[in-house]
Amino acid sequence: MHILVLLKMAPDVVEDLEIAPGGKALDLDCLRMILSESDDHALEQALLLKERHGAKITALALDAPEVDDALFTAAAKGADRVMKVVGMDPGFTTREAARYFSQAIAEEPGLLPADLILTGVQAIDDLDGLVAPIVADGLRMPYLGIVTGVALEASAQAARAIKEYPAGVRGEFLVQLPAVLGIQAAEKPPRYVPVAKVRAAMKSVKIECSQALTLADGGLPLVGVVEMKRNEPAGHAEMLEGKPDQVSGQLCGILAERGLF
Amino acid sequence: MTGNICVLAEQWRGQITEVTYETLALGREVADQAGVPLTAILPGSHCRELARFLGAADAVVYIDHPLLAETVPQTCAEAVAQAMAGERPRALLVPLTNISLGIGTLIGVRLGAPVVNFCRDIRVADGRLLADCVMYGGKIEATVEAGAPSGPGPAILGIWPGARQAEKGRAEREVPVTDAAVVLEDTGAIRLCRYIEPEAGDVDLTKQEVLVAVGRGLQDRANLPLAEELARALGGAVCGSRPVIDQGWLPLSRQVGKSGLTVKPKLYVALGISGAPEHIEGMKDAALIVAVNSDPQAPIFSVAHYGIVGDAVETMPALTAAVEARKAAGQHA
Ligand SMILES: Cc1cc2nc3c(=O)[nH]c(=O)nc-3n(C[C@H](O)[C@H](O)[C@H](O)COP(=O)(O)OP(=O)(O)OC[C@H]3O[C@@H](n4cnc5c(N)ncnc54)[C@H](O)[C@@H]3O)c2cc1C
Ligand SMILES: Nc1ncnc2c1ncn2[C@@H]1O[C@H](COP(=O)(O)O)[C@@H](O)[C@H]1O
Repeated sequence: MHILVLLKMAPDVVEDLEIAPGGKALDLDCLRMILSESDDHALEQALLLKERHGAKITALALDAPEVDDALFTAAAKGADRVMKVVGMDPGFTTREAARYFSQAIAEEPGLLPADLILTGVQAIDDLDGLVAPIVADGLRMPYLGIVTGVALEASAQAARAIKEYPAGVRGEFLVQLPAVLGIQAAEKPPRYVPVAKVRAAMKSVKIECSQALTLADGGLPLVGVVEMKRNEPAGHAEMLEGKPDQVSGQLCGILAERGLF
Repeated sequence: MTGNICVLAEQWRGQITEVTYETLALGREVADQAGVPLTAILPGSHCRELARFLGAADAVVYIDHPLLAETVPQTCAEAVAQAMAGERPRALLVPLTNISLGIGTLIGVRLGAPVVNFCRDIRVADGRLLADCVMYGGKIEATVEAGAPSGPGPAILGIWPGARQAEKGRAEREVPVTDAAVVLEDTGAIRLCRYIEPEAGDVDLTKQEVLVAVGRGLQDRANLPLAEELARALGGAVCGSRPVIDQGWLPLSRQVGKSGLTVKPKLYVALGISGAPEHIEGMKDAALIVAVNSDPQAPIFSVAHYGIVGDAVETMPALTAAVEARKAAGQHA
């Protein structure tokens, strides 16, 4: 069993986000990039499958600041091979990201055949599409998204995947392999790996590089950001200020006035 | 359909979904602005009768095929792309739900059309189709131009739930229905085996008047009792955002949001919850929303009525004590 995990870095929104001069994009200099949360879950789901069934895991990432950290961490957790696609035009969109992934998958020896291709269901910056369905379509593989659990059938020709629906309802799907799954959450939260193990991986593991090809067809259909701005919540809510006991007293008065307790 | 605004009508388990009505309400406004008809596209199997619920549209295109009985994104996208082939609608609005996620992207790829995700609003200005998008977990708003009018194919626009009130898009009447014939291959690659109904929890969140909701800002499972004490003092129950449920701190029956429950309590206290659109969609209609978050930029403050910038872990016991004190004072008075 070969599981290919596609990883994309995304801005850490815990940090303050700044808009670049020109007002159409985030200021990359002020960003901290982290592995997109659901991609981290995709990696974890791959590791769980490896533990249960034995598998080779290849992690393929797109070059971005901090991507080496993410890949060494993936190796420290149990990925067998780590590779990054380099040389993309900066500021590529999600749809372009999907095509960079697809090109690398097609071109680099050993990425195919893959029985499962796992990636996050959606990243917070997926403005012009989602990676998983595009890669699936390109490879003519079935796609299922919002997946929160994967079990292999005994034949290893198919998997049972749990997909989330609204209101806590889930669906159990039988998916013929190879397939691409957009993972929402792994069956367990992503594991913690000690820093020492990541450091060891930095010494012993080599990140392979795949050179991105220029996207040939003169670009994708137009999606142009006209303006980007920070959501300024200030002014919306009435803000209560003071020490915890002061604001609590204030809030309590407001709730009591409304007969809420 | 050429020139029209189209809405993908989503049906699930035999019914048109609420988000479809919301999306129709938005589509109606955009169509009126552009001075063009609104068309609803309804894929399904033996459900032509559902068309009459799509009366907010001027016309319905019904795509009937046995493989469309359940919404499998690739099959549905292929069907819609075939139904739209040769036509040049101005835009196709697709609800961003757990049912339809991925369909918009796939239609865009198949038609070579631009896709814009995360739309909260759409408008036509000077002939341009503009989308207001909420991205980066709610922290950033972007205005996006969705394809030049002369560009290839329609613009595919993914619409967040809550863009409009469902009531505004709900209209039952006889609408002209056209049938679109499609050819779909049954590869059997993806098959829904069964639905797994949610286990009934110990409390029904939707019936609670007060909810104390905790998010990742709770920091540690060990802090959960602080939320439970606050909920007890307020006479409510504890619920959580997705990371809290994913980490196993609370059961799935306590999840609020897109994949969890939609709640409308009299009071919703959000502690350490950032306010991502997928969470907001489950609680935005609470009568009174109070948010406690250490980040003054947290998007939850955009829907909250009262906000406290501070540490949730410190605020919880202080608020519990204040409530208890007030209740005690009330009893003695
Ligand atoms: C298809 C899909 C379905 C989804 N369904 C749901 C759903 O049903 N429900 C849901 O909730 N989410 C859902 N999500 C996930 C959603 O996008 C967010 O990731 C999630 O809501 C974030 O949860 P959070 O606010 O607890 O965590 P975060 O976004 O990490 O926010 C934590 C917040 O806590 C604050 N904080 C940190 N420390 C403290 C402290 N000590 N005191 C006070 N504040 C603190 C931080 O400033 C931050 O704002 C879904 C996503 C997808 C793609
Ligand atoms: N224009 C229409 N609007 C709403 N419902 C219709 C329309 N045409 C047919 N139906 C209903 O759809 C169901 C199936 O119709 P048909 O497939 O045409 O036999 C029947 O219950 C019809 O009454």
